Amino acid sequence: MELNVLTLIYLLSSITFIIGLKNLSHPATARRGNLVAAAGMTLAILATIFLYKDEDGKPLHNYAWIFGGLIIGGIAGTFAAKKVKMTAMPEMVSLFNGMGGACAALISVNEFLHVNKHFHSSSADYQKILVDNNFFRTELIIIYAGLIIGSVSFAGSMIAWGKLNGKVKDFAFKGQHLVNLAILAAIFIVAIYTIFFELNKTTFIDLASPLFFLVLLLSLSYGILFVMPIGGADMPVVISLLNSFTGVAAACGGFLYNNKVMLTGGILVGAAGTLLTILMCKAMNRSLKNVLIGSFGGSAAGAAGGNGQAHGGVYKEVSLSDAATVLNYANKVLIVPGYGLAVAQAQHICHELEKMLTDRGVDVKYAIHPVAGRMPGHMNVLLAEADVSYDLLLEMEQANDEFRSTDVVLVLGANDVVNPAAKTDPSSPIYGMPILEVEDARMTIVNKRSMKPGYAGIENELFFRSKTSMLFGDAKSVLQQLVGEVKNL
Amino acid sequence: MENILNWVGSHEQYIYIVVLMIFVGIEVIGRVPAVLHTPLMSGANAIHGVVIIGAIIVMGKAEGDNYAALILGFLAVILGTLNVVGGFVVTDRMLEMFKSKKSQK
Repeated sequence: MELNVLTLIYLLSSITFIIGLKNLSHPATARRGNLVAAAGMTLAILATIFLYKDEDGKPLHNYAWIFGGLIIGGIAGTFAAKKVKMTAMPEMVSLFNGMGGACAALISVNEFLHVNKHFHSSSADYQKILVDNNFFRTELIIIYAGLIIGSVSFAGSMIAWGKLNGKVKDFAFKGQHLVNLAILAAIFIVAIYTIFFELNKTTFIDLASPLFFLVLLLSLSYGILFVMPIGGADMPVVISLLNSFTGVAAACGGFLYNNKVMLTGGILVGAAGTLLTILMCKAMNRSLKNVLIGSFGGSAAGAAGGNGQAHGGVYKEVSLSDAATVLNYANKVLIVPGYGLAVAQAQHICHELEKMLTDRGVDVKYAIHPVAGRMPGHMNVLLAEADVSYDLLLEMEQANDEFRSTDVVLVLGANDVVNPAAKTDPSSPIYGMPILEVEDARMTIVNKRSMKPGYAGIENELFFRSKTSMLFGDAKSVLQQLVGEVKNL
Repeated sequence: MENILNWVGSHEQYIYIVVLMIFVGIEVIGRVPAVLHTPLMSGANAIHGVVIIGAIIVMGKAEGDNYAALILGFLAVILGTLNVVGGFVVTDRMLEMFKSKKSQK
């Protein structure tokens, strides 16, 4: 009876996950979708605690430990999630994702110790039965899968988190891809060896444990090394990918415990996360392979050297007061926010400038590139936080129709998404990426911290065009000064 | 070969769930607008926190004198809860802002 209730609840929870994800993909229902999934999750957790029975029909115990863990995790999680700044959202997601991965890996470690002990304490005959039994081997395969995927996801997410908040610097060495591949191969070889060969010997126990922890160690180092060389702007893709990894790791737990809700939820996220990763890659015109192998960063850096010298053109600077005047007397201004705005957390002051100009009769809107900011959709979240009205945000296609009739485009810390080379130069690494065609506007003011190339590591010829003026400085302080200048006009 | 067939036979249910869920997962978010990519990723992140259930089972099954299992399980429960609670709260915070903009409109 109780078990059937549990099954029913798991079924309901699985349905809430699907409905939740479905609703999350539409703006109007997104928030409800999140709450629906959260309710399903709560239900599944409570039902597991009180209704779960193991194979021998015994209920769970150690309630104090379980609730202790739930309360500590719950309070810490809520606190961290409430306190985090909007600009730091992506790294928070990465951090939580890592927690999930670590959780899956710990489950695998625990199950391995359990299986190992079981095997060890059995008689030789029984060991032989276990070895001949396919279920035993299946279980081990799944334990290994959960361990490998979970720990890669954990280590990778921690590095991604560190990179996004600036604690970890990009790090790459020559031949790193080969080292990574070698580690990956080693992980599989050791895992397969343990499962299929070591297991057939009665000495299984002696070597299996050290080998198991060797796989854990290798997986952790693979996670670190694999994210290490990937640049900051690619982190969203990596986080999304690791997100789907953790989904698969959770599904492994579903196999182990014959638990359909874990299986459903895990695979659902695994599949959705993979698709989301591909969508993000598409928006940036990168192939997943490029992101993962990270060859983009390397080759582009080389190209930048050549390109930079070839161009080396002259760029114009514009003074703050001139920029303020131009903006103030324009009819139509489009603001192109980018990574630089997010890093400088300049969204509030940006909104202030927009309001002030609007009050003076200037038509101000924002042109949002799909991958502007640190994550696709991140700019929308940031500007929404600063109370920028929804109707002012133009998507790329809309914006591209409007640039022609625009007097001034103010580019705030965006670079590659406005690089005309994506349209004109087939040899450019970003060739073919959809861009905001700001060069159509009458005048462009670009705010950047320096002339350094953007993430893709290539020069932006836009900056050297006659219609473009540069306004150097941190987005926040520049905007503050602009607001001051406009006020005095 | 026979082994594999046997395996498929004995895991029929799982294989069906996995295959169907892959299609559902892809289908369900197929047309998501770029604006929602970040909240969607965050929401999906919270959903895979369902791994917490495994952690609870580990914890609840551990014998009182098996300290390795107790400690591993306890850590797993904390980490899993962080994933679930943090994930849903962060997602809600992001979406809250979308909603307030709409109502103003």
